[in-house]
Amino acid sequence: MSDAAHAVDIDGHVRVYLIVFASLAVLTSATVGVHYLFLPIGPAVTLGLLIAAIKATLVACYFMHLISEKRVVFLVIVISGIFLLGLFLLTMTAIFDQVGGHLVS
Amino acid sequence: MGNGLKETTGKDTTLETGHETHLTHAHHEPGFWRKYIFSTDHKVIGIQYGLSALFFLFFGFALIMLIRWQLAYPGEVLPFVGKLLGETNMPGGSMSPEFYNQLGAMHGTIMVFLGIVPLSVGAFGNYVVPLQIGAPDMAFPKLNMASYWAYFVGGVIMLASFALPAGAAQAGWTSYPPLADIESMGQTMWLFGMVFLITSSLLGAVNFLTTIIQLRAPGMTFMRMPFFVWAQFVTSFLLLLAFPPLEAASVFQLADRLLDTSFFLPSGLVVSGEALNVAGGGSPLLWQHLFWFLAHPEVYVLILPAIGVVTEIIANNTRKPIWGYNPLVYSVIFLGFMSFIVWAHHMFITGMGTVISSFFQVTTMIISIPSVVILSALFISLWGGSIRFTTPMLFALGFLPMFGLGGLTGLPLGLAPSDIHLHDTYYVIGHFHYMVAPGTIIALFGGIYYWFPKITGRKMNDRLGKIHFWGTIILMNGIFFPMLIQGLAGVSRRLFDGGLSYQIAEPVLHYNQFMSVCAWLLALAQIPFIINFFMSLKKGEKVSTNPWHATTLEWAAAPSPPVPHGNFEVLPKVYRGPYEYSVPGHHIDFLPQNSPPEVAVTADA
Amino acid sequence: MEIPYTVTLRPDTGVYNAKIGIWLFLASEVMLFGGLFSGYVFLRIGAPAWPGMLHGEMYAHASEVLSVPLATLNTFVLIASSVTMVMSWASLMRDDFGKFRMYLSGTIALALVFLVVKGFEYNMKFEHGLFPSESNFLAIYFVLTGLHGLHVIGGIIVNGYLLGPGSKMWHTSRQQFINRIEVAGLYWHFVDLVWIFLFPTIYLM
Repeated sequence: MSDAAHAVDIDGHVRVYLIVFASLAVLTSATVGVHYLFLPIGPAVTLGLLIAAIKATLVACYFMHLISEKRVVFLVIVISGIFLLGLFLLTMTAIFDQVGGHLVS
Repeated sequence: MGNGLKETTGKDTTLETGHETHLTHAHHEPGFWRKYIFSTDHKVIGIQYGLSALFFLFFGFALIMLIRWQLAYPGEVLPFVGKLLGETNMPGGSMSPEFYNQLGAMHGTIMVFLGIVPLSVGAFGNYVVPLQIGAPDMAFPKLNMASYWAYFVGGVIMLASFALPAGAAQAGWTSYPPLADIESMGQTMWLFGMVFLITSSLLGAVNFLTTIIQLRAPGMTFMRMPFFVWAQFVTSFLLLLAFPPLEAASVFQLADRLLDTSFFLPSGLVVSGEALNVAGGGSPLLWQHLFWFLAHPEVYVLILPAIGVVTEIIANNTRKPIWGYNPLVYSVIFLGFMSFIVWAHHMFITGMGTVISSFFQVTTMIISIPSVVILSALFISLWGGSIRFTTPMLFALGFLPMFGLGGLTGLPLGLAPSDIHLHDTYYVIGHFHYMVAPGTIIALFGGIYYWFPKITGRKMNDRLGKIHFWGTIILMNGIFFPMLIQGLAGVSRRLFDGGLSYQIAEPVLHYNQFMSVCAWLLALAQIPFIINFFMSLKKGEKVSTNPWHATTLEWAAAPSPPVPHGNFEVLPKVYRGPYEYSVPGHHIDFLPQNSPPEVAVTADA
Repeated sequence: MEIPYTVTLRPDTGVYNAKIGIWLFLASEVMLFGGLFSGYVFLRIGAPAWPGMLHGEMYAHASEVLSVPLATLNTFVLIASSVTMVMSWASLMRDDFGKFRMYLSGTIALALVFLVVKGFEYNMKFEHGLFPSESNFLAIYFVLTGLHGLHVIGGIIVNGYLLGPGSKMWHTSRQQFINRIEVAGLYWHFVDLVWIFLFPTIYLM
């Protein structure tokens, strides 16, 4: 990769960074705005997490260059994601599925 | 035989430095401190881990020998040693219950986190993996050094906790709240020690994984790696991803202890007759979930490197390729994956519902499949082999039936109906000690005998080795088999008097003395090993670079001991799989991975 | 003795060593914050009310106890610092060392602003006698944001080193330095990522 080729690439990249920044600012405002709708807990959590996931994807794909990253990096992320999911899903199932039906408190 | 022979080597890369020939350079000799204490050379660090871990293993063993006195002769004065341990711990020379708890908690913690894992991963992994993949060192040598020193600090903290007024941690190696939340300061030190140990393991895992992914020599594809490297690879993934939730839990428990939070303290808790003045609303079960999320994969961390060691030794001493290399690799990967989703089989009696209980029973049963595949492949590998009963091979052979027996005893624990009876009894202690003691430790001893010539250029004495082997394996069985019997009878674990005050324990109580005598004799059986180890350093039979006639790179491409910085005179290139023994038509019974193709004779498949 | 692929890319994986190293480390950090978040979920589901009783008063929404405006400000600050971080790397790729120093300084400055605002937030709580020991809601708030804050401090230290003594490498081993900034950037973006989840789940839900 020559330096000249890089410089050309970079200008394009910088435009993308600024677009992503603007998008993140808008989405942050949306997050707070949704809060003030005071939705019931179910929809509030779903919507909030959805917006957060979109923001996270933007940061990951563009700031962290994941959109053009190599396969080995993806494998690391995917494997961790699977186990993270396992941790959440299984502990939550364990909370709800208890003998006698009551929660520990 | 074709493991890996079909595969292309991929790109035949040279190092970016341009010179692939001479990697050693005698520029400036580092001083004593940089050479032996703060070295970044993986071999020195491996030896540091090894010596530290062996010390901790013997220390942890000493703790349990004290406990075995109390279990065999409850309440009796321990001659000589009793007085030395102080009036708080051994009032009048006989053990106090608090000291008993400390010994139990610290024995487990020290053996698992300061002994076995640093020995199998820190020592064997560090020393052997870069050599076996043909790398000059680990990917991040300074990080490697930092990992060792984090482990060292963690170890110092753990040992120092014994000196506290109320002594070391007492709530078991499992540190369950609410008890662990309200225990004395020793528990806080335990938590801080764990933070250092977890950090050490995480940094080590990053290093191992990057090294294996990035620094394999040209021609060393993943399916040409020795199985030992695969075992360390999966182990490192387990360490990387399973430890952090325990770190999170440790942060919560530290907050409970130091900031008076109630992460794990339920409402309405009463301690010694007084209501505890905390907010409440916490959950002891939360600790259990986060702890076992680590601790289950941790047991696979304890066994996988040992399985790797045994595989290397068996291939070498049967003079034939390992049977089922591909199934072994797929099994170990599958095992690693499954190990993350079985943890709650340690929690069957916490009031789980049937859905979640069934899930964990099923995954636990499934995880036994790859274990059986691995054990079977190793047994089948013996078939038709020209078996050499070298000292390492004795240990490797001894490992196999012990691993089998230990694994079988795990089955009733993985099924909730039987586990309800066996949970928290001596049966569990028997099961996991079979895996770790006649299992892992036997395998690691074999590894020491096997790689000693590579590290020092000298062999250990065989007669002493055989005495060590037979004494160790027989006595280990003497200690742990009766535990299975006691557990089936219903004797709980962690009892200060070994079951003396319980009527159900009465028929099986007599085993306590037998087991204790075996334990003390086991200590004596290590003397030939210790003598052998130190004697051979100076006076062992000097050997060539490849005395075992092995095929893997650490033997075939590096001198004994390896070149101080860089391992190899010339970085090797790999042309074939790791276990090309007894290739038809070849003039000797082994074909090293790095021998150029013209040396090999074409073989019929 | 040189470690291969410290700077150049390994052909079959296509990456240099530190790139894999940092992603592996970030994977462990994902599991760490995952463990903390799962603790949050566990405790919240088991709680009769959240935030619940504090000093005798019942609260129904986190935003009644915590300052949403301050946290929103902090969110913008951290996102901005992520932009300046990636711009510092881009400047190096454009061979502009001066801009690099400007952007990296900006990143550190914004990170310090984040910490100051956070400190102010914490202080407001302490002044009202709201400590972690008061309730699990506060315990989760302080521990999760506190651990995140420790990671911010870590990032400041690393970035400070790379801005200061570490930047000498620009003159001795240029590509390796660019790689280091990229790797430091990946860590910093991760810290931002965690906050992107922390902010709504703790303050807004």
